[in-house]
Amino acid sequence: MRLEDYNPMKNEMYQVIDPSGKAKEKDHIPDLDDEQLKYLFRTMLYTRTIDEKALSYQRQGRMLTYAPNLGQEAAQVGSAYSLDKEDWLVPAFRELGAWLVRGVPLKNIYLYWYGNEWGSHMPDGVKVLPVSVPIASQLQHATGIGMANNIKNEKNVVLTYVGDGGTSHGDFHEALNFASVFKSPVVFIVQNNQYAISTSRKVQTLSENIALKATAYGMPGILVDGNDIFAMYNATKTAVDRARKGEGPTLIEAYTYRLGAHTTSDDPTKYRDDAEVEEWRKKDPILRFGEYLKENNVVDDEWIEETKKELGEEVKKTFESIEDNSDTELEDIFKYHFEKMPAQLQEQLDEYRSFLEGGK
Amino acid sequence: MANTLSIIQAINQALMNEMKNDDTVVVYGEDVGVEGGVFRATVDLQKTYGKERAFDTPLAESAIVGTAVGMAINGLKPVVEMQFSGFSYPAFNQIISHVARMRNRSRGQYNLPMVIRAPYGGGIRALEHHSESTEALYAQIPGLKVVIPSTPYDAKGLLIAAIRDPDPVLFWEPKRIYRAFKQEIPEEAYEIPLGKAKILQEGEDITIVTWGAMVPDVQKAVKMVQDKGISTEVIDLRTISPMDRESFIQSVKKTGRILVVHEAPKTLGVGAEIISIVNEKAFLHLEAPPTRLTGFDTTFPLPRGEKHYIPSPERIAKTIEDIVKY
Ligand SMILES: Cc1ncc(C[n+]2csc(CCOP(=O)(O)OP(=O)(O)O)c2C)c(N)n1
Ligand SMILES: [Mg+2]
Repeated sequence: MRLEDYNPMKNEMYQVIDPSGKAKEKDHIPDLDDEQLKYLFRTMLYTRTIDEKALSYQRQGRMLTYAPNLGQEAAQVGSAYSLDKEDWLVPAFRELGAWLVRGVPLKNIYLYWYGNEWGSHMPDGVKVLPVSVPIASQLQHATGIGMANNIKNEKNVVLTYVGDGGTSHGDFHEALNFASVFKSPVVFIVQNNQYAISTSRKVQTLSENIALKATAYGMPGILVDGNDIFAMYNATKTAVDRARKGEGPTLIEAYTYRLGAHTTSDDPTKYRDDAEVEEWRKKDPILRFGEYLKENNVVDDEWIEETKKELGEEVKKTFESIEDNSDTELEDIFKYHFEKMPAQLQEQLDEYRSFLEGGK
Repeated sequence: MANTLSIIQAINQALMNEMKNDDTVVVYGEDVGVEGGVFRATVDLQKTYGKERAFDTPLAESAIVGTAVGMAINGLKPVVEMQFSGFSYPAFNQIISHVARMRNRSRGQYNLPMVIRAPYGGGIRALEHHSESTEALYAQIPGLKVVIPSTPYDAKGLLIAAIRDPDPVLFWEPKRIYRAFKQEIPEEAYEIPLGKAKILQEGEDITIVTWGAMVPDVQKAVKMVQDKGISTEVIDLRTISPMDRESFIQSVKKTGRILVVHEAPKTLGVGAEIISIVNEKAFLHLEAPPTRLTGFDTTFPLPRGEKHYIPSPERIAKTIEDIVKY
């Protein structure tokens, strides 16, 4: 595909399969074999299962605040699948599908949401940065990683994410401008899920879409149906290839919808209509891809049921493995601020320990 | 008529009162309009006073504070919200470079009657950046007032005073006790003067200075040591800057001992300032080393380590005993 065939100034949106699962642009079906297709679908189902289980654990009081990805699985899995082994992923905090594709173990993910810092310590070789809670701040890191690649003459690229709300932040604009000026090999994905907590996308910007903001920074921008995994994969792959060739950054707006709450602390009925949510349920990316795969005899209902069951068990097993033994080691609170612990920290640790042990 | 409110409800009522009393008061920030704030501090303001005066903004703290500077220059009294104090840093430049300096820079031509509200502090089992206590960071900046209430009554009266104050006030709200208890308070507007501490309890043996969510914890500790015959004077500082120095200087002259309890890290914190003042002004009255019990000089831990960070009532009680026994 060619990015320039979809003009964000005219609000054109790239789509390969329509919401009913039919191929709209037949020659845009990516060249992936059945195993690859099954992997993608399985990862979307995995993402959904992890969310649903986390939400149910949360309701049972077994999980802390959790930010679900419901409805955004295609945007995450499709985009991240375009990377090569050595590429970087720089997430915000709602990128579960992308983390899984890039090899982040579920144990890390659950540990993180369960309130233990070790969740952010990735296994060796997983080039995924920790969650960045301050909105849009991570984009600068992505741009800088790419700038370093240029200086070191390395060919790997950086994929980074932000929400629609994040595009209002100064950090977003500064990161895009730097990336463009320094031809940083970065692909910026905006997961436009239409809300930033209660604040509608319409309140964030009067720009007709977000993709067109790229123009002012002198980089390509493309508006993509974020619930269409093939469109997300193709557009991101094209942008990643550009970056790898030294042609600089790209902005991709994944037009999607947050089917769930912002986090488990949020009640979306306070600010949006059920009817709107119902409309988007019909465009569920998992339904869409499932229809396509069934239609093309890649999977059948039995495979889907089996896979869901298997994933459900895996998720349950992983959660239970961390549930009772994930309290933070006291020393860990102190140990990781510097290579060597300063005396004042050691003293505070010692004093506190002696308090715990029953006094001086 | 009984008006029994929690801290968060008292804050909402203060905003309601002042929007009614003064139509130059405007309230805005992320999710404050339609939703009424993620903690519901601004609930119903938009319904009552309209979208012009209570509204949602794009997600950008620097612009929220920076536009408030402009509004204040142009005759309004903006009360803006940082969703969490941990997200005030994108606005740090505006706060330090402009909010704090405009009056002095213009030799009094422009003053900024604005308030920046933010929930702060730990103990709510939250994600990263949702638990810190960084009052010292702001209290050190010349030109800023920093206020922290600890009860519904104080929250309302101090917020109204902050809104009416001709200068910028950072109003940091202890989110851990937003809903911890209720208190009967007047329904109409009232002011509690900024810069005045409150003696919560008089005592003879030791002075404890604290604020925010540590106040109820200190009160618990004080009950524990009371049974052991220790008589404690408890001061709720209420305004971190400018500080009511006389409150604790006079108290230490009487008790001869002082403990400062805060949630924020120890080193270069507000406790260090209080103790320096005591050393300068009441040194000859001291019978034990002035002491701090605080959070560690570490990043606030995620929930699985949180219980270690905030000084517990038991630790406070133990520290009181150690000082009195010194
Ligand atoms: C700098 C900053 N300000 C405020 C917040 C609080 N906050 C957390 S998520 C969020 C909304 C983010 O919306 P969006 O960028 O659209 O991402 P989404 O949650 O929809 O994935 C806000 C305001 C924050 N994390 N960081
Ligand atoms: Mg969003």
